[in-house]
Amino acid sequence: MRRNGPLALIFHTIFVIVMVAPILVVCLVAFTPEGFLSLPTNGFSLRWFRAIGNYPEFIHAFWVSLGLGALSSFVALLFAVPAALAIARYRFRGRDALAALFLSPLMIPHVVLGIAFLRFFTSAGLGGSFAALIIAHVIIVFPFALRLTLAAATGMDRTVEMAAVSLGAGGWTLFRRVTLPLILPGVISGWALAFIQSFDDLTMTVFLAAPGTETLPVRMFLYIQDNIDPLVTSVSACVIAITMTALILLDRFYGLDRVLAGKGDTGR
Amino acid sequence: MSTVADERNARAPWVLSAPALMLFVGVLLIPLAMTVMLSFHDWGQYKGIEPVFILKNWKEIATDPYYAEMFWRTFRIAILTTLLTAALGAPEAYILNRMDGRWKSIFLLVILGPLLISVVARTLGWALLFGGNNGLVNKLLMSAGVIRSPIPFMFTETGMVVALAHVMMPFMVLSVWAALQRLDPQIENAAMSLGAGPITIIRRIIMPQIMPGVLSGAIIVFSLSASAFATPAIIGGRRLKVAATLAYDEFLNTLNWPLGAAVATLLLVALVLIVVGSNALIERRYVEVFR
Amino acid sequence: MAFLELEGVAKQFGAQTVVEDFSLSVGKGEFISFLGPSGCGKTTTLQMIAGFLDPTRGAIRLEDKDLTAIHPAKRGLGIVFQSYALFPHMTAAENVAFGLEMRKVSRADRAERVRAALAMVGLAGYEDRHPRRMSGGQQQRVALARALVIKPSVLLLDEPLSNLDAKLREEMQIELRQIQRTIGTTTILVTHDQNEAMSLSDRIVVMSQGKIEQIGTPQQTYEKPASAFVSQFLGKTNDFAGTIDRIATPARLVAGSWSAPAPAGLSGPVTVSIRPERIGFGDAGLGAKIVTRIFQGNHWLFQCESECGSAIVIRQNDGQPQPTEGAAVHLNWRPEDMSVRARTVA
Repeated sequence: MRRNGPLALIFHTIFVIVMVAPILVVCLVAFTPEGFLSLPTNGFSLRWFRAIGNYPEFIHAFWVSLGLGALSSFVALLFAVPAALAIARYRFRGRDALAALFLSPLMIPHVVLGIAFLRFFTSAGLGGSFAALIIAHVIIVFPFALRLTLAAATGMDRTVEMAAVSLGAGGWTLFRRVTLPLILPGVISGWALAFIQSFDDLTMTVFLAAPGTETLPVRMFLYIQDNIDPLVTSVSACVIAITMTALILLDRFYGLDRVLAGKGDTGR
Repeated sequence: MSTVADERNARAPWVLSAPALMLFVGVLLIPLAMTVMLSFHDWGQYKGIEPVFILKNWKEIATDPYYAEMFWRTFRIAILTTLLTAALGAPEAYILNRMDGRWKSIFLLVILGPLLISVVARTLGWALLFGGNNGLVNKLLMSAGVIRSPIPFMFTETGMVVALAHVMMPFMVLSVWAALQRLDPQIENAAMSLGAGPITIIRRIIMPQIMPGVLSGAIIVFSLSASAFATPAIIGGRRLKVAATLAYDEFLNTLNWPLGAAVATLLLVALVLIVVGSNALIERRYVEVFR
Repeated sequence: MAFLELEGVAKQFGAQTVVEDFSLSVGKGEFISFLGPSGCGKTTTLQMIAGFLDPTRGAIRLEDKDLTAIHPAKRGLGIVFQSYALFPHMTAAENVAFGLEMRKVSRADRAERVRAALAMVGLAGYEDRHPRRMSGGQQQRVALARALVIKPSVLLLDEPLSNLDAKLREEMQIELRQIQRTIGTTTILVTHDQNEAMSLSDRIVVMSQGKIEQIGTPQQTYEKPASAFVSQFLGKTNDFAGTIDRIATPARLVAGSWSAPAPAGLSGPVTVSIRPERIGFGDAGLGAKIVTRIFQGNHWLFQCESECGSAIVIRQNDGQPQPTEGAAVHLNWRPEDMSVRARTVA
C-alpha cells in the first residue's frame, strides 16, 4: 500500500478541520458564560443549558420529535418488512416499478412533499395534527426502513427457511420463529436510521407542524429566524450529543459504513 | 431465482406489498396529484383558493423575470455546490482510502457522521463562523493573508454555497469511496510496473475509474442542493430566495398556495428530468465498461 | 554470472519477520518458481523484487546494478498479478499499449507491437474488447501480453493461474511454458500449487514461514527433499521411523523388518521417506496389511497398516492382479529411492 504524501496529508487535515469546525463551534458557543454569542474564553458555563428549562416549547418540541420519530419508524417497518420480503423473494411483473415507487420519497424534494402533504391533510381536515405528522413521516422514512430490511432479506440464507418448513413450520410461525430473527439486525438498523431521518427532518415538517405539534428542528428553525443567541446553540449541542450517541451505538451494533451506504445512494 | 413454491404463489408478492402500496397510492401519489392540480387553481387576496382550471400561475412564473432569476439562482448555487464537493470530496476520498485501517475508519466516521447530524445545527455552525464581517472565517482568512478585506458570507450566495457544500460533502465522499472500493487493489502497482508516475496513475488510471462514482455523487448533491431549504433559509435570510424558500413563503406567509404549488411542481419536474436524464447518460456512457 | 541476484534479503513488518535471509541467484532465461503455502513470504519476496515493498535488509541486484535504488516505475519488470489488475476502462489493446505509451514508443510502432503481443497470446481480433467482457482466461492472456510487450528484463508472475478452473489452468501452463521458451525471458513464478511449479520451472525455491527450505530442480526437490516440509508439500509421501545400527558390520538401516546397508553420515534414530509410487509389494520387507484398495483408472491406491505406521502405496494399473483388501504383504523399495533424515526422539 502506497503512503499519502505530505501535500495529501495537509489537504486532509484542512478538510477534516473544515468538516468538524461548524459542529465544534456550536458546541463551544453553547458553553459561553456571556449573554451574547461568543466563544467561552472566560471559562465554561452551563447557564445556557439551564436556560433551556425556561423555554418549555423546546422541551415539548423534543418530546414531539422523539415520539414522532419512534412511532413513524415503527409504523414504516410494519409496512416495509412485508414489502421488502416480497421484493427480495419474488421475481414478478412490476417488481422494479414497485421498488422504484417505494424508494421515490428519496427523489422527491422534501419541500414538494411538505406542500403536497399540507394540501392533502388540510383538505382531509387533519391539518396541523400529530396524526398527519406521523403519516407524512412514515412516507419519508419508508425508503430507509425498506433498504436495510431488503439488504437483510436478500442476504439471508433461504435454505434455513426450507429446513424449518421441512420440520413442519409454516406461515406465521415460520416468520416469527425463523425469518424475523434472521433479518432482525437489518430491521433494527432500519428503524434506527429511519428514526434519525425523522428526528432530523425540517423541510417537510415545517409545512405541517402547528403550534403544539412543532418538532425540535422546526422549533429551532423558527427560533433562528427571529434571532440567533446562545440558547439555540445549547439546544443544538444537545441534539448533536444525542445523535452522536445514537451514531456510536449504531456503529457498534451494525457498522456505520453499512448504514451510511444505505443512505448515500439516494440518486439511484 | 424462483423456486417451485414461488411459482405457485404468483399472488404472494402482491399480498405482501399491498399494504405499503395502498399507503403510497393513498398518501403519496394522491397528494402529489392534488399539488399539481392546485397549481392550476386561482387565488385572490380576499377570495382565497378557487378550484378552477386556469394557467394564471404558470403564466406568472413564465413571464415574471423574478422567477427566472430565482430558478437560475437555485440551479447556479446547486451547480457551484456540486463542483465544490466534487473538487474537494473526490481527492479526500482517495486520500482516505490510502490510510491505515484504524485511521481510515476514524476519519470516515468524522467525515460521514455529520450526515446524520441535524442540518439546522450544522448550518447554525456556519452562521456562527460567518457571523458578519468580523466572523471567525474572515478573521482566519485575513490573518493567513488569503484575503485583504472581509468577504461577506451571511446573506450571500458565497455563504450558501460554502455551507451547502459542507452539508452535502458526505454524500460525495461516500459515493467516490464506494467507487474506490471497487478498484483492484493492485491496479496502481500494475500501472507503476509499466512505467507510470504518480500523476499519470491518477489521471489515466484512477480518475477514469472513479468517474462514475463522482458523477452519481454529483447527481445526489445537485438534486439535494437544488431543493435544499434549511441552509438557504438560514444563511440566505429573507432576502436571497431559492425555489424551496420561495415556495415556503408563498405557502406560509403570502398564503398564495396555487402559486407556491406551481413553483414546487416546476422544481419537482425539473429535478426529475435532470436526475433521470443524467442517470441515463451515465449508464449509457459506462455500460460497456462497468457492467 | 548471475543475472538476478538476491542476497540475504529480509522483510519485517513491525516485529513480525515475513521473509528471512533469502539468497538466490537466477541465471538469464531461467524459469524459477517460489513455492509454498500462503503466508510463507513468497509474494512478499516477489513484491520486493518488483519494488512495491522495500527489503528491511539485504541486496537485490539485476545485472550487478542495485535494483532497490531504482523506482518501481523505472525497473522495467513485467508483472502479471493474481487479480490481473487490468485497467477496466481501457480496451485490451489500450491495456497492452499503456506500458509502451509510458516509454514514449511512437504510435505506429506501438500499434504493431500491441498487435503482435496480442497475437502471441492468441487474442488476435480481441483488440477492442473491454476486460469485463472477456473470460478469465482471456483476461489472463491480456495481462500476460501487457507485461511482455515492454520486453521486460524479468517477468514476475504472482499466482497468475489460481483464478482459472482446473482444465484452463493446465492449458495455460503449457502455453506459458511455450511462450517463455520462445522469447527466453527470465521468469519468476509465485505459486502454492506444486504441480504448477514442477511442470513449469527450471528450478523451484520451496519456502516455509519466511525461510527457504530448498532450492533445486523439480526432480531434486521431489526425489531428494531436503526437509520433512518439502517432502510433505511436494506430493504424497510415506515417513517411516527407522534406526541406523552402527554396531553391526557393515552398518545397517533398519525399519521394522525392512533393512538395507546404512547410508554414510547418520546414526541413531532416523526418518525414512519414500514416495508411494516407489514402493513395491514383495516376498520380504516391511510387514503390512492392506486396509483399503481404491481403483483410480490408471493406477491403484492402497492404504496399508505397516509395522512402522500407516503407509500409502500407488501401483500402476499394468493389468497384473493386485493384492486385495485384508491381504498381508511386504513393502520394499530400492535404497536409492528413499531419503533419510535424522530424527529427534521425544
